[in-house]
Amino acid sequence: MAAEVQNASEHHAEEHHHHHETFWNKYVFSIDHKMISKQFLITGIVMGIIGMGMSLLFRLQLAWPDKSFPILNTFLGKWAEDGVMDPNMYLALVTIHGTIMVFFVLTAGLSGTFSNLLIPLQVGARDMASGFINMLSYWFFFTSSVVMVVSLFVPDGPAAAGWTIYPPLSALPAAMPGSGSGMTLWLVSMTLFIASSLLGALNYIVTVLNLRTKGMSMTRLPLTIWAFFVTAILGVLSFPVLFSAALLLLFDRSMGTSFYLSDILIGGEVLSNTGGSPILYEHLFWFLGHPEVYIILLPALGITSEVIATNSRKPIFGYRAMVGSILMIAFLSFIVWGHHMFVTGMNPFLGTVFTFTTLLIAIPSAVKAFNYITTLWKGNLQLTPAMLFSIGLVSTFITGGLTGIILGDSALDINVHDTYFVVAHFHIVMGLSAIFGMFAGIYHWFPRMFGRMMIRPLGYAHFVITFISAYGVFYPMHFLGLAGLPRRYFTNTEFPMFDNLVDINIIISVFAILGGLAQILFLFNFFYSALRGKRAPQNPWRSNTLEWTAPVKHLHGNWPGEIPEVHRWPYDYSKPGAKEDFVPQTVPISPDEEATGH
Amino acid sequence: MMTLLITAVVVLAIIALAQVVRIFEISNSMREQKEEDNRPSHKENDSYGKIGFALGMLFWLFAIWSTFKWGKYLLPVSASNEGLDTDQLMWITMAVIGFVFLITQPILFYFVYRYRGIKGRKATYMEHDNKLEAIWTVIPTIVLAIIITYGIFTWSSIMNPDFEEEPLVVELYAKQFSWQARLAGDDNILGYANVRLIEGANTLGVDPNDLNGLDDIIVSGELHLPVNRPVLFKFRAQDVIHSAYMPHFRAQMNCVPGTVTQFAFTPNKTTAEMRQVPKVINQIDHINSLREEMGEEPYEFDFVLLCNKICGSAHYNMQMKIVVETEEEFNSWLKEQTTFAESL
Ligand code: HEM
Ligand SMILES: [Cu+2]
Ligand SMILES: [Cu+2]
Repeated sequence: MAAEVQNASEHHAEEHHHHHETFWNKYVFSIDHKMISKQFLITGIVMGIIGMGMSLLFRLQLAWPDKSFPILNTFLGKWAEDGVMDPNMYLALVTIHGTIMVFFVLTAGLSGTFSNLLIPLQVGARDMASGFINMLSYWFFFTSSVVMVVSLFVPDGPAAAGWTIYPPLSALPAAMPGSGSGMTLWLVSMTLFIASSLLGALNYIVTVLNLRTKGMSMTRLPLTIWAFFVTAILGVLSFPVLFSAALLLLFDRSMGTSFYLSDILIGGEVLSNTGGSPILYEHLFWFLGHPEVYIILLPALGITSEVIATNSRKPIFGYRAMVGSILMIAFLSFIVWGHHMFVTGMNPFLGTVFTFTTLLIAIPSAVKAFNYITTLWKGNLQLTPAMLFSIGLVSTFITGGLTGIILGDSALDINVHDTYFVVAHFHIVMGLSAIFGMFAGIYHWFPRMFGRMMIRPLGYAHFVITFISAYGVFYPMHFLGLAGLPRRYFTNTEFPMFDNLVDINIIISVFAILGGLAQILFLFNFFYSALRGKRAPQNPWRSNTLEWTAPVKHLHGNWPGEIPEVHRWPYDYSKPGAKEDFVPQTVPISPDEEATGH
Repeated sequence: MMTLLITAVVVLAIIALAQVVRIFEISNSMREQKEEDNRPSHKENDSYGKIGFALGMLFWLFAIWSTFKWGKYLLPVSASNEGLDTDQLMWITMAVIGFVFLITQPILFYFVYRYRGIKGRKATYMEHDNKLEAIWTVIPTIVLAIIITYGIFTWSSIMNPDFEEEPLVVELYAKQFSWQARLAGDDNILGYANVRLIEGANTLGVDPNDLNGLDDIIVSGELHLPVNRPVLFKFRAQDVIHSAYMPHFRAQMNCVPGTVTQFAFTPNKTTAEMRQVPKVINQIDHINSLREEMGEEPYEFDFVLLCNKICGSAHYNMQMKIVVETEEEFNSWLKEQTTFAESL
C-alpha cells in the first residue's frame, strides 16, 4: 500500500511541470504541504496579533481600573463608552483571548504550520498522504477563524463565559449577553475548527506511518516527527469528545434538551429542565482539555529537541528516553482530566486517583528537562535566535512544570484553584513554552519556508525583550494567586484585602506592553525577510535532517528525481571520525564507523 | 519602583532601536555574499552566551527578590484547622520545587555560557547514559511518591472529615450576584429546598411543608460562625455555577445548579483574634496607608466569601462577610435572627 502511494506521488511529481499553475491553485487552493504550512502560519500570526492585542486591552483595565483610556473606546466602541471597559466586555475579551491563543495560535498555528512543513520533508515524502484533505483542513481552519472574528462584532458581544464555556452560563442567553448569538458563533467556529484538526491529524498520522522514505525506520525519525505524530493521535482521540460536548450544548441551547441543565431559575423564570448536570460538560470538556495542553506543548518540545541538538552540535541526549517520555506523557494525559475538577464536588476517592495520575506526569517531564540540559552539556552551542528561544522554552517548561506539582495535588488545589496562580502556571508552562517553541521553529525553518534568511540581530533583540517581559508578566502572577486573587475578575478594587496588590498589577501590565511592542520587531523581521531577506543557502545550520536536502526553491513533490534514501539517525553531530561536525541522514554508514544502534 | 520600571523600558527600547539601525547596515553589507554556513560567528556566540547567562540569572534574582518583596502577601494567615494542614503541605511542596527551581535554572543558563560556541570549542559526542538517566528518573519518582502520599492523606482527611463534635450545618446559596446562607437551626437539619419552590419572601425555595426547615435561619450580607466548632457547608446555586471561596479558611467548593455539594472545616480564630495577629496587623496597616493615598476609608480585617467561578458581569463583586466569634456571641447573634417559619 505504502509503496503504491509513493509511486503514485512520484509519478505525479514528474508530471507536474505540465500542469498549468494559476494564482488560485498555487497560493489559495494549494494542495502543496509547503504552501499550506505557510497559510497556517500566516493565519496563526494574524490571530496571534488579535489575541495579544486583547490581552493588552484587558491588562490596561486590570492595572488602572479607574483610569479612562480613549484607546479602549477606539477598539471597543460602545463597550467602553468613556474609555472605561464594561465588565461584560472584559469577560468577552478574556474568553476570546484564551480561545484564540489556545486553539487558533498554538494548536492550528503551531501544529498546522510545522507538521505540514516538516512531516513530508523530514520523513522523505513527496507530500502529505492526501493533499486535498490537507487543503480542506486549512480552509476549515480559515473559515473557523473568520467566524470567530465575525463573532466579535455581533450586537451582544462575543462569547464571554471563559474559554472553557461551562454551562449553564454558556447555555442560557439570560445569564450574560455573550451567551446569545456570540456563543452560537463560537460553537460554530469551534465545530469547524475541530473538523480542521481532525482532517489535519489523520493526514499527519497516515503520512508518518506510510510514506517514510527507504531507510527511515521509526527509530530514525527526528524527534519533531515523533512529537507531531503523537500530537496528531492525541487530537484524533480527544477532539471528537469536545465535539460531542459542544453538540450537546447546542441541543441544550436551542432544542430544549437537559443534558447540562437542571433546577434553574434565571431572569425571574424557573426553567423546565431537570436531570441534567453541568458537571457532565466539565468531564467531556476536560477529556479534550487536558490532552489539548499536550497537543499544544508536544510540537513545541519536538521543535526544541531538533533545534537544541542541531545547535549544540551534539546528538539529543537519550533519544529513546525522549520518545518514551513523549509516549508516556501522551498516555497519561488521557487519565488526568479530573485535576481541573477537584472542587466540583467529585467523589473524594476520585480526587486521590487524579492526584496520583497527574503527579506521575512529572516524571517523564523531568526526564525531558534533564535530557535537554544534558544535551547542552559539553556542546558547541550555536546561539542562533532559534536556539535561544529553545533554551527559553526549557526554562519556562521547568518553571511552569514545577508549579504543576502544587496544582495537581488536590489538597493544595482547594486553595489555589481558579486563582491567578493557575493563570501564572498555565501561561508559563503552556503559553510561554509553546510560543517560544513556535518562535524557535520559525527562526529555524524560515529559510526552508521562504528560501530567505531572517535578520539575525533583530531576532536577538526580539528574544531578549520577549524573554524579559514574558517572565515579567507571568512570574508575579503567582503572588497574586497565593494572596487569594481569583481569576476572571474585571477588577479587584471591590475587596480591600487586595488593595496591596496594585503594584504588582501595574508591573505586570507594563511588562505586557513591553512584550507586545517587542513583537513588532518580530513582525517586521518576518515580513521583510520573507519578501526581501538574504537568499538562503542549502543547509544554513549544517543540519542532518532530510528537509535540508531538498532544493531551496520549492517544488511540488519536494525532490527532483528520486527521494533520498536514509542510512542513519538524524543526530550524528560531532561524530568521532567524521570530517565535519554533522553527518546528514543520507550519508551511508562507512565500514569503519561505530554502529550506534540506529 | 515605577521609575525604575520606566527607565528599564526606555533603556530596552533604546537598545532595540540601536539594534535595528545596526541591522540594516549589517544586512546590507551581507546581502551580497551568500555563504553555505549561516551559523552565528564566534563573536555572536560569545556575546549571546554571556547575554543568555545574564538573562537567566536576572530572572533567577528576580524570583528571589520578589519572594522577599512580595512574600508577605502570600497565603493570608490561615484561620482553620484544615488550613494549618494544607499550609504545611504547601510549604513543604514549595520548599521542594523552590529548591529544584533554584538549582536547575542556573545550571541551564550556566551551560549556555560555558559551552557557547567560541573559537576552538568542540562538542563531545554522547548519545545517552543509562546511569544518569536512571538517576533522574528514580529521584523524582521517590520525591513525588512522598508528595503524592502526603497530599492524598491530607486531601482524604479534609474531604472525609471525622469530627468528634457534631458539625454545625450551614447552607451557602449562590445566585447572580450575591450570597445567602441558611443555618440549620435547632435541629441542625436543613429543610428540603428547590428553586422551583421559590416564591415571594421564600427566596431560597425552602419547602414550607418540610418540618426540618421551619427552624432554618436565612441570612444575607453577613454570616456568623462560632469558633472551634466544625462547620459542614452545603452548597447550592440558583442559576449558573459559582464557587464558594474562603481564602482564609483554605476552603473552596463549587456551587452547581441541580446538585448539592459540601465541604467542612473548623474555624480556629475569631475575627477579633485575627485582627490581633501581627502579620495581619502589618498587612492591614499597609493596605490602609495605600487607601489613604487613594482617599478611601480605612479598612478593618474581616473574613470574606468570594465567588471564584466565572458567573457573569458582576462575578468580580460577589461577596459576603463572615464573622467568626465565640460560642456566646454566636448564640446571641443567632437569637436575633428570624427563622424560616417566622418569615413566612
Ligand atoms: C501576550 C501576552 C499575554 C498576556 C499579557 C496574557 C494575559 C492574560 C491574563 C491576565 C489572563 C487572565 C484574565 C482573567 O482571568 O481575568 C489571561 C487568560 C488566558 N490566557 Fe493569556 N496572556 C497572554 C498570552 C497568552 C498565551 C500565549 C496563551 C496561550 C496558551 C494564553 C492563554 C490564555 C488562556 C487560556 C486564558 C484563560 C481565559 C479564560 O479565563 O477563559 N494567553 N491571559
Ligand atoms: Cu490538565
Ligand atoms: Cu458567582
